[in-house]
Amino acid sequence: MARKKKKVPGLNSSSTADISFILLIFFLVTTSMDTDMGLARRLPQPPEPNQEDAQIDVKERNVLNVRLNAAGNLMVNHDFIDVMQLRARAKEFIENRNNLSTLPEKHAKNIEGLGQCYVTDKHVISVQTDRGTPYNVYFLVQNELVAAYNELRDELAIAKFGRPYERLSEDDQVAIRTYYPQKISEAEPKNYGGN
Amino acid sequence: MAKKQGNREMPEMNTSSLPDLIFTILFFFMIVTTMREVTLKVKFTVPSGTELEKLEKKSCVSFIYVGPPTDQLRAQMGSGTRIQLNDRYAEPREVMDFVAQERTTMSDPASQVMSMKIDQNTQMGIITDIKEVLRKSWALKINYSATRRN
Repeated sequence: MARKKKKVPGLNSSSTADISFILLIFFLVTTSMDTDMGLARRLPQPPEPNQEDAQIDVKERNVLNVRLNAAGNLMVNHDFIDVMQLRARAKEFIENRNNLSTLPEKHAKNIEGLGQCYVTDKHVISVQTDRGTPYNVYFLVQNELVAAYNELRDELAIAKFGRPYERLSEDDQVAIRTYYPQKISEAEPKNYGGN
Repeated sequence: MAKKQGNREMPEMNTSSLPDLIFTILFFFMIVTTMREVTLKVKFTVPSGTELEKLEKKSCVSFIYVGPPTDQLRAQMGSGTRIQLNDRYAEPREVMDFVAQERTTMSDPASQVMSMKIDQNTQMGIITDIKEVLRKSWALKINYSATRRN
């Protein structure tokens, strides 16, 4: 070789690490890792514009009236109770284990995976609030009601399938949900007990 | 040559893969975290509950913040309960436009979830108003944001 081959100097990449560190730190600062959690609820569909106020006849025994006043007091049917008692009360209502005539009526229903069952699928829990009810009381009530359903579903899942509801297969979960459908209705707020 | 001379040099560590390593961490963080989208103009402490579910699809979630204005803004805005949508205060009826606008940016509008971050001491009246508007705009999946309590 007559001519000496020129060596191309390598690009000094030692600072790339620093650059990417800076990027990393930027993302660490501007983003948040906290997974958002919350109580998932589903609103009823909007009423049809030409729909009349069709009062759906619900037997009195099938309804659990939960009322909240502006002071945050809780009334279930005709009793004042504490929020902590609500879960037990709701469970008793939804399950109606002894088929009492004061609690929701039971129907024979053929559920895939569970067979013939007697379920209280006509029950409704009606939550009525005042415009002045504090949100945290309302939230607690919702939480307790959902907890009641979850506990009942878990109990049923363990009795029938030997595993808690969360760990069941999709089909079994559907069966359990058909047995205990979540029926929490929210009426328009009224002014209870002044403002 | 070096061996012949006998003065052994410590070999330098090869750091050429270090940037790749850091980039991997960077991408990890970019994927698992979310950008802080809005500057909060209301302050709120969400209630705590036990029966909470995680918000799954981050891209399908829109946030509604309800609470009193932050301390800096209280002088101008008062201390009444306010609704914040994106970067500004809004009235309950404006929620409908907000829902529609959020829907256009979503890949899967059917699974739109409205996450409501509401201060504990809010009165239910304003929340009922929002819920009524959400119903009318067919945003039926809602999520009351909360912290876990044992």
